[in-house]
Amino acid sequence: MTFLELKDLRIHFPTDDGLVKSVDGLSFTLERGKTLGIVGESGSGKSVTSLGVLGLHKGGRAKISGEIWLDGEELVGASAEHVRKLRGKKMAMIFQDPLSAMHPYYTVGNQIIEAYRIHHDVSKKVARKHAIDMLARVGIPQPDRRVDSYPHEFSGGMRQRAMIAMALCCDPELLIADEPTTALDVTVQAQILDLMRDLQRDFNAALIIITHDLGVVAELSDDILVMYGGKCIEYGSAEDIFERPEHPYTWGLLGSMPRLDREPTERLLPIKGSPPSLINVPSGCAFHPRCPYAERTAGRSETEVPELLETAGGHRVRCHLPGERRRAIWEKEVMPNLEGTS
Amino acid sequence: MSRASEPLLSVQGLEKHFPVTKGLLKRQVGAVRAVDGIGFDVVKGETLGLVGESGCGKTTTGRLITRLIEPTGGKIVFDGRDITHMSQGRLRPLRRDMQMIFQDPYSSLNPRHTVGAIVGAPYRIQGIKTEHGVKRAVQEILELVGLNPEHYNRYPHEFSGGQRQRIGIARTLALKPKLIIADEPVSALDVSIQAQVVNLLEDLQSELDLTYVVIAHDLSVVRHISDRVAVMYLGKIVEMADRTDLYGSPMHPYTNALLSAVPIPDVRRRSERERIRLQGDVPSPLNPPPACRFHTRCWKAQEICRKVEPPLTALAPGHQVACHFPENLSGDAPPAPAAGQEKEPGTISPVS
Ligand SMILES: Nc1ncnc2c1ncn2[C@@H]1O[C@H](COP(=O)(O)OP(=O)(O)O)[C@@H](O)[C@H]1O
Ligand SMILES: Nc1ncnc2c1ncn2[C@@H]1O[C@H](COP(=O)(O)OP(=O)(O)O)[C@@H](O)[C@H]1O
Ligand code: SF4
Ligand code: SF4
Ligand SMILES: [Mg+2]
Ligand SMILES: [Mg+2]
Repeated sequence: MTFLELKDLRIHFPTDDGLVKSVDGLSFTLERGKTLGIVGESGSGKSVTSLGVLGLHKGGRAKISGEIWLDGEELVGASAEHVRKLRGKKMAMIFQDPLSAMHPYYTVGNQIIEAYRIHHDVSKKVARKHAIDMLARVGIPQPDRRVDSYPHEFSGGMRQRAMIAMALCCDPELLIADEPTTALDVTVQAQILDLMRDLQRDFNAALIIITHDLGVVAELSDDILVMYGGKCIEYGSAEDIFERPEHPYTWGLLGSMPRLDREPTERLLPIKGSPPSLINVPSGCAFHPRCPYAERTAGRSETEVPELLETAGGHRVRCHLPGERRRAIWEKEVMPNLEGTS
Repeated sequence: MSRASEPLLSVQGLEKHFPVTKGLLKRQVGAVRAVDGIGFDVVKGETLGLVGESGCGKTTTGRLITRLIEPTGGKIVFDGRDITHMSQGRLRPLRRDMQMIFQDPYSSLNPRHTVGAIVGAPYRIQGIKTEHGVKRAVQEILELVGLNPEHYNRYPHEFSGGQRQRIGIARTLALKPKLIIADEPVSALDVSIQAQVVNLLEDLQSELDLTYVVIAHDLSVVRHISDRVAVMYLGKIVEMADRTDLYGSPMHPYTNALLSAVPIPDVRRRSERERIRLQGDVPSPLNPPPACRFHTRCWKAQEICRKVEPPLTALAPGHQVACHFPENLSGDAPPAPAAGQEKEPGTISPVS
């Protein structure tokens, strides 16, 4: 049985300006012990997706349809109460800003103790011991003292570790990390990514890492889902996405990014224009106003929404260009320009 | 880039110590040594990149150079004139020549002013005559930075983040500056927009003969845009070199650690990459560690590092380093950034 499966998930928000189609037909699967990276620019629907999986849109104004299967249970139709019980125990989340997830007036220890005791019938003393163990596990020095510190007494990196400890305290099977290192310095980011890699291996959890940083997903992911305008536009193994990407938007992301592991290029190759509004998503392929290849599809890019189709062994692409054309463009027109010059 | 020519900007022993006061009488009890004796030259037409973790003093350096804050020590020479303590009145004509671009394009734009008013403001403030009127001049600049000149009457909120950064850039260009200090100019932008703005900055540099100091924490962006790079740690420059030397054979342990921490989108080599992992965070600049400030996090630290401050010294042509035990001294092979790096045992951890 697949551990996590999303089937045609849609999360739309009615607003005064119109319907915001934040997530618009998203499907993927994820097994225990595996890491899925979700990348895309801001506003592409990454955070709304993760909140949706955790059931945090329930009771709000969001219109949700589709299915979310977690370990044999369907969550879209489940009661808010039931999903709340799964949260913390079965699935947990790490946010970009730990302060938003922590209470400023309670010690870090008390917050972990509370979270643990919601799901475990143990004494305060046992829970405190567990909290100290968790803080030690995520690399917080002197955990038996720091357990009594308040969140603001921690540095940014230490706070992020404490939040990871909080998320992991009930041994969740699904962990969603939404931009977990975006606010951190590169040295601290590297520490946190190492930590997440180790923990995931030890806990055998399914991990979803959401970020706008292609380097970060490349470090951790088995599979990668590229989002644009609320839809998955390309999905594949990390090798598929970085070595044989087939979607013009993925090419654009790769061309925009200066890379330390290659000789410097003369110029970056940006994508023209900016990401779409999710109220007035462009017709046809949402990427068409920015796509340099739209004119090669005989008008279909502007009028027809392309389907997400498998191109080879689990690698799926949402584009009207035929597979051979895409592979030829990547090899002859795109890839050579990404290589350094000097 | 003309290396032989006079520097446009020369900074020597620059210092900014923010006083820390206590009590009603505001008795000074200490100082944040945000910038603590740094020096560098920037030659006309060149781009100097300034990198380092947050809190290392990069922004303060930018604000000192543009004289938004008063230095507590050292010297700033701009275009042949000592501006270190020049009065605001005498600085005014020089302000045209020296402009700053900020990270957050939105907070630096007045939301109640039209784009025309924002970009045109420098003309009015500086009382500059334009050949065909301010409007025409502003529209030309909007066009130059890739904005639609017809959007002259629109307000900042009607633009996307990338377009707002273009408005910010347009405003700095209005007075035809010689030097632009850009503080994290692209870090708030999406990656595709980042690339647009980086290219724009490069195009403007060659078209308008600009000189840049680019402050950023993103080491990949800095390598792409800079001719030379200075690495700061706790208010000091610890290494400065041509970008090829700095990224190809970094000598300071801190630089090595920074570069090794950058995530690399190379999935085939991710398992074989060996990394240096720094422990903990940057110490407080209120009480920086004595002698070599990096010694509390450095895996090579010896007794001498805690006793004697290593001076910034040229160890190779154009390559200055402040370290008693530098890496990659001539003869060593430069490490490929993504490949395994040779380090003392116990300092590297292969990631599997
Ligand atoms: N509660 C909400 N009501 C209306 N629109 C929302 C709400 N939450 C998110 N959105 C919109 O949904 C889109 C996707 O947002 P988000 O998932 O946060 O993007 P990302 O995380 O990829 O940057 C954005 O256009 C955002 O403005
Ligand atoms: N006005 C100020 N008063 C006191 N301390 C300051 C002030 N501005 C900056 N600092 C301190 O100076 C140090 C350097 O800050 P900054 O130049 O902003 O670093 P960076 O830009 O490299 O992140 C930090 O410790 C910061 O807290
Ligand atoms: S469908 Fe058309 S517009 Fe969309 S990515 Fe493919 S070629 Fe570009
Ligand atoms: S001087 Fe010593 S402590 Fe400082 S960077 Fe060099 S080796 Fe490390
Ligand atoms: Mg988000
Ligand atoms: Mg700064």
